[in-house]
Amino acid sequence: MTKRLTIIATLWIAAVISIAAAAVPPRNSNSPAAPPTVSKVQGADAMRLEGEKRFRANCGRCHAAPQKFPPRMMATILRHMRVRATITDEDMRLVLYYMTQ
Amino acid sequence: MQYLPKLSGHRLAPAPVLRWRCALFLAVLLFPALLFAQTYAADNPVPILTGNAGFFTNVVAGKTEIVSEINPVVLVPLGDHWLIEARGEFEGDFQRKDWGDGPYGGQVGKELDYLQADYIANPYVTVTVGRFLTPFGIYNERLYPIWIRDLQSTPLIFPIGTGSSNGVMFRGGLPLNAKVNLNYATYFSVASTNDTLDSDRTAGGRAGLFFPGPRIEVGGSFQKLLQESRSNGFGFHFAWQPTPLPLNLRSEYARSDLGSGYWIEAAYRLSQIRGWNKFMRRAEVVGRVQQLFAGHVDEDDAEEYGLPDVNTQEADFGLNYYLHDGLKATASYGRQFSSDGNFNLWNVGIAYRFALPLGRPGLQ
Repeated sequence: MTKRLTIIATLWIAAVISIAAAAVPPRNSNSPAAPPTVSKVQGADAMRLEGEKRFRANCGRCHAAPQKFPPRMMATILRHMRVRATITDEDMRLVLYYMTQ
Repeated sequence: MQYLPKLSGHRLAPAPVLRWRCALFLAVLLFPALLFAQTYAADNPVPILTGNAGFFTNVVAGKTEIVSEINPVVLVPLGDHWLIEARGEFEGDFQRKDWGDGPYGGQVGKELDYLQADYIANPYVTVTVGRFLTPFGIYNERLYPIWIRDLQSTPLIFPIGTGSSNGVMFRGGLPLNAKVNLNYATYFSVASTNDTLDSDRTAGGRAGLFFPGPRIEVGGSFQKLLQESRSNGFGFHFAWQPTPLPLNLRSEYARSDLGSGYWIEAAYRLSQIRGWNKFMRRAEVVGRVQQLFAGHVDEDDAEEYGLPDVNTQEADFGLNYYLHDGLKATASYGRQFSSDGNFNLWNVGIAYRFALPLGRPGLQ
């Protein structure tokens, strides 16, 4: 009986996730891939340099530099790494900018 | 009427059949959503299947073991704030049967390392629910994947405080000022005796300070067991990547009633060597020393946790060669010293990291 309840609960959770996934609206301009608004950093080149610096400081702590993936993949990977490596929001945005430009 | 007894006696299918049916149903239900849920946009994160695979040969105290493993990771971003992530671990350990004279044989272990939903509430807090890697020290969460770790054998103290937990976690990172970032994780886990989802009833957390200028991180972890012995565990970690050198220094200390110990590891990329630079820049030499002081656990418990039951010391030296991005050949030699006997540890193998989009990835 408990097993049956577990299965039913699992299927319900799966259904909710599926519906939620299907109902997600397109992302707006506040997405992490949007250029970060850092007052100290002026211009695209400066942001790329700052992004590279943050990349080496944060990502290089654990692993060798990976290749650059397409932007939509990079956005997912950076969201994952933000959670896993507890990097700051600003670091994530600058690294994402560097890795997708 | 003669069918009534059959109907009333109807039972669920056997457990393995049910599991397969359940998995198939989930796949059918979820897969289209994963692929098409999010409207295409140039910067819209796409679901990803990533992970790593490896093949290794270990010789431990003269016994050869062949290990093949694959650890798939699924990442499903939802909207601007959500991420569903999961990692499985499939590892086959094969040894010669019949006291070393027979054919290779063994079992394939299957584990669910994490299956969690992350909600990025604001720039400073992410809320995680589900099954997650226990945030104790840095090895479990950051260095465990085989394509990342510099030496394939895990540290002796690795089982202390780590593993997976089921519950809720709050975590994040924030700049304290221009020179220091704070990172933290705090959690509560419930007990589970389910084979796939086993966990202890614990509470704890980890906090660290990262100095981006000198690239130094220091931090500490704490864990309170809320069952059985209700014991405490704690640990410290240190990591340093000096800016002028391709050097990576890491260290951890952990202590609980299972035992205590530390490891110190240095990895040096040979990119600064001028001769044969094309070859050398892809090579990395690694060294690690470690020591474990056995705790008050009997032999069976120590074996269950994967810990030595006597005081143990070990030194390892390794060479990694990065053939390609995400493809690494690795070899190492180590020697372990304990009152149970001293022996050599050899390892050679290859690790590969893959990443595939489950949708249109956009143009690079």
